[in-house]
Amino acid sequence: MAGTANKDDKIPSIKLTAIQYVIALILVILVSGLWRLQVLGAQNYRALAQANRIRKVPILAPRGKIFDRYGRLIVDNYPSVTCFLVPEQAHDLDSDIPLIAEGLHMQPDQLRAVLLRYRHQPKYQPIPLQQDITPDEQAFIAAHANELPELETIEEQRRLYPSNGFAAHLIGYVGEVSEDMLDDPRYAFYQPGDVVGRSGVEESYDPILRGQDGSRDVIVDSHGRELGALGIEPAVPGKSIRLTIDLDIQKAAEDAMGQREGALVAIDPRTGEVLAMVSRPTFDPNDFAIRIHRKQWDALLTNPENPLMNKAIQAQLAPGSTFKIIEAIAGLQDGIAQTLKVDCHGGAVFYGRYFKCWITARHQSHGITDISKGIYQSCDVFFYTLAEKLGIDKIAYWGHRFGLGEKTGIDLPNEATGIMPSPEWKMRNYHQKWFAGETISVGIGQGAIAVTPIQLIRAIAGIGSGGVLKRPHVVFPSEIPPDLTGYYQSQFPGSGDQVIAIDPANWEIVTDAMAQVTTFAGTAGMAHLDGIDFAGKTGSAQIVSNAYKASVGGGAKLNDTAWFVGMTPRRNPEIAVVLMWQNGSEGYLSARLAARVIAAYVDKQRREADNLPQVVNATKPAEANPPTAVPTVQQNKAAPTTGAKQKEAGRLQPNATANQPATAMAALWTSPANGTNDTSGTQIPKRVASLFPLPAGTTLHAGTFLLPPDPAKSTAHPLRTKPPAVAGSHGRSPSRRKSGT
Amino acid sequence: MRRFLSYRDFDWTLLVFVLALSVISVLEIYSATLHTKFVHFDEKQILWLAGGFVSMFVLSLIDYHILLDIAVWAYGICLLSLAAVLVVGTKVLGARRWIHLPGGIHFQPSEWVKLILIVVLARYFTNLGGRELTWKDIFKAMAIVGVPMLLVLKQPDLGTALTYAPVLLVGLFLGGIRFRQAAILFLAASLAIVPAWYKVLKPYQKQRLTSFLQPDNDPRGSGYQIRQSLIAVGSGGIWGQGAERGSQTQGDFLPIPYTDFIFAAFCEEHGLAGAIFVLLLYFLLLMRLVQNAQTAADLPGTLIIMGVVAVLIFQIAVNVGMVIGLMPVTGIPLPLMSYGGSSVLFAFLAFGIVMNIRMSRFVN
Repeated sequence: MAGTANKDDKIPSIKLTAIQYVIALILVILVSGLWRLQVLGAQNYRALAQANRIRKVPILAPRGKIFDRYGRLIVDNYPSVTCFLVPEQAHDLDSDIPLIAEGLHMQPDQLRAVLLRYRHQPKYQPIPLQQDITPDEQAFIAAHANELPELETIEEQRRLYPSNGFAAHLIGYVGEVSEDMLDDPRYAFYQPGDVVGRSGVEESYDPILRGQDGSRDVIVDSHGRELGALGIEPAVPGKSIRLTIDLDIQKAAEDAMGQREGALVAIDPRTGEVLAMVSRPTFDPNDFAIRIHRKQWDALLTNPENPLMNKAIQAQLAPGSTFKIIEAIAGLQDGIAQTLKVDCHGGAVFYGRYFKCWITARHQSHGITDISKGIYQSCDVFFYTLAEKLGIDKIAYWGHRFGLGEKTGIDLPNEATGIMPSPEWKMRNYHQKWFAGETISVGIGQGAIAVTPIQLIRAIAGIGSGGVLKRPHVVFPSEIPPDLTGYYQSQFPGSGDQVIAIDPANWEIVTDAMAQVTTFAGTAGMAHLDGIDFAGKTGSAQIVSNAYKASVGGGAKLNDTAWFVGMTPRRNPEIAVVLMWQNGSEGYLSARLAARVIAAYVDKQRREADNLPQVVNATKPAEANPPTAVPTVQQNKAAPTTGAKQKEAGRLQPNATANQPATAMAALWTSPANGTNDTSGTQIPKRVASLFPLPAGTTLHAGTFLLPPDPAKSTAHPLRTKPPAVAGSHGRSPSRRKSGT
Repeated sequence: MRRFLSYRDFDWTLLVFVLALSVISVLEIYSATLHTKFVHFDEKQILWLAGGFVSMFVLSLIDYHILLDIAVWAYGICLLSLAAVLVVGTKVLGARRWIHLPGGIHFQPSEWVKLILIVVLARYFTNLGGRELTWKDIFKAMAIVGVPMLLVLKQPDLGTALTYAPVLLVGLFLGGIRFRQAAILFLAASLAIVPAWYKVLKPYQKQRLTSFLQPDNDPRGSGYQIRQSLIAVGSGGIWGQGAERGSQTQGDFLPIPYTDFIFAAFCEEHGLAGAIFVLLLYFLLLMRLVQNAQTAADLPGTLIIMGVVAVLIFQIAVNVGMVIGLMPVTGIPLPLMSYGGSSVLFAFLAFGIVMNIRMSRFVN
């Protein structure tokens, strides 16, 4: 037999013993290796195993809602459902495509294109198919859970803003936190991909509105599939905030602005509360709530009219003749304006150059003009002369006192500073000497001077309040949690609250003259409001020289900026409105628009308590009200009749009051799911309607219009403002007036 | 040749160790596949084991000298089947290792080759008659192992190809290689590694061979398996996480926890205590095999058993070494533990031959 061998051929047993030792050695090495891992490294590897299997799944905290001053809802959240497709879970994806496309209202090719785009990612990773799917699409997915296991939905809270750009600049919008913001310590809280306020109240009050995201610890496998849950850290929802905005006034302001380019701000000068804020052109913040399309974003950024800019606090423009109010106070406080009388011949020569008065364009002149007529007729020659006499230093001093060239400290992001020019300012910025002629231009609010609408309204409403200037704000300070008070005090530096001592006599002169502006004698006679003590000042600020405008053949884009600052009542006003209409040409045109907001406010106040139209003209600043009565200035003689009041109510077409929920407001929102007004399929209209009634216990902000009539003074009805005799020697018929500054 | 075989001489002790390891294997496969699509692999393993036991008993009845006689023919068939795999084999994960036969059976010829190589080498060294080895003898022995090794490398299956080497080494050692020859061979092999590294190995093989040294360099790529295996073993601690409770195993972080990485899964769930118990079983089993080799009736019996020992200790060292990060990932299964029919059948057929050698020790 081949292969058999001598049985004596034994292998030396020492060789087998050697092999036994080798085996033992190998096993000892293996055991020592196990010892190293399982005894010495056990703790480390256990931690690694935990990190492997436990995943923190964030629970997104809903942002706080935003309400108006009466608790009416402005910004809400809504549950938005996004549909995902997980290729790994599909039975047969290709044959499912037509059914999926039909159920989600997509084209099959569109769906295939989406799948193609994600073809390189792992099969277990969800592909987002449709954001914001409709209830019937959700029902489709639920009904086909067995046939289409690859479809999954995720619900998250999204922002729901008023549509059509209503108060868009004020509210702002949210978006994913940007790289730059993550470097900012203020946003240290955030992770990439988090949603953060990017503009307006959403940005400035982000620390309050944002909640704190919670998390769930889930056990996952290596594919990220959840196998079980461990602990839960609930999300802390963001706090809701109440704005000082009055939706009714905001609505009136939006309507008044229409599509005109510019801005409108209405404030309560007693507190600085902003009642309405509009900027035009506007944008739809809902576009940002869902990821904004690149094209839309580019369009917003490249639009020359800059729809994202909040012109109410960011536009810096020459104030034109509205600046004359500040200059008048400067001249009166200096003691030279009271007795100053200027004979206007349609222009005058200063420092060797001829300066025209606006009236010369009408081949007229103002004749002998004092401070009062200078204001209500807006006589340029008077203010040229006053400016010359005061000098730039005094003008700049008073401009700065009233906060020009400084931020107001409004609680909105990126407020502009403006410019109050002075010789130092010019030397600092241009290294040039101040020319005396520049003082004359600044005297009528032209030249280098630039203000923001919010600055102007704070200054002039402050003058109306007898020198009590308030920091404008859009959120009640009481809404800010104590731990954030310090943050908000430091966050928005500016001129803030100030009391400027103004001689009551000077205060009366200026405010009485402003009240005349809206009479037939003044520059804004067409903005006259029957029965309302409406004071104001127009302004038409050139943006290019007349010579240049003529050389390029005019054009609407080069028209003057039309300003109007108005308030009611004339002293210690409850509401002040600034309206800036770019290329609006004439200040009185802006005055007519601003008057609608004033009228809406007064009308609302009157309806609140079925109040008698009665106003007492104060003659002391609110803060310095002496206990003894000071004779009121009675300019108004005629008594209004009930019929007149009704007629007026009809003419003004007032908005719904807070007591009568604004049904019109419901139309502010449209269904985000369909982009149509047919919201029958969504939850939105129900919610909006239920949130509009005034919450119980809310006290309405009462103004002087609600004061009970004083029997001693009721013989006169100051609301009926009859124009006094036309001051001025030119005998123009009011009906022929076409323009004013 | 007359035979008087008695089951009194059957190695029941060895059988106890084999049975114990088989039971542990089935339980761990059950635990490791519980929540995966490989669930019920434990039941399939039981079938393979049953088939293994039957084969073992059948083979224990066949005189191993008959195997020695037909070894040359078997070796020829081996080479043919390996060549066939390269031509008609089924490609799985980029390698042709399997032949599909009608009836859904597929098998991996490279496993069987191990067994036949053991017998062929035993026959070869026996025929040398115990004289001192010449260089010619050595090169012949290397050729016998080298040809199938190259064919398997071509599949490519580096791991299985490497398991042929210890059969040759133990054969040469027991066959009577002189120290000087061994030293020269060792030097030559060391020098040959350099060109082999650059010419023969594929990049992924090189990466697998080196990534175990620094598994954290590329935790998502080639280091992933090692890293997950280390985490599994380490987190087991001394007493383990408990059966069906190892997060690495149950969460599918550990790759193929029922075959190549079954020891990692076992270590995670049963800790150092369980691991030492299993290694102790292996140690006792190997010692028992060496004892059988010592008591074998003739030289080929000894050589065959020691060949089996060589393959087993090599696979244990490489597989456990891989699981605990001392060895590269080579895809060598752990004998008697890893799931898989070919591997189970190899072990049991080998034990069948060992049983026959043991039962024949008093027979002539």
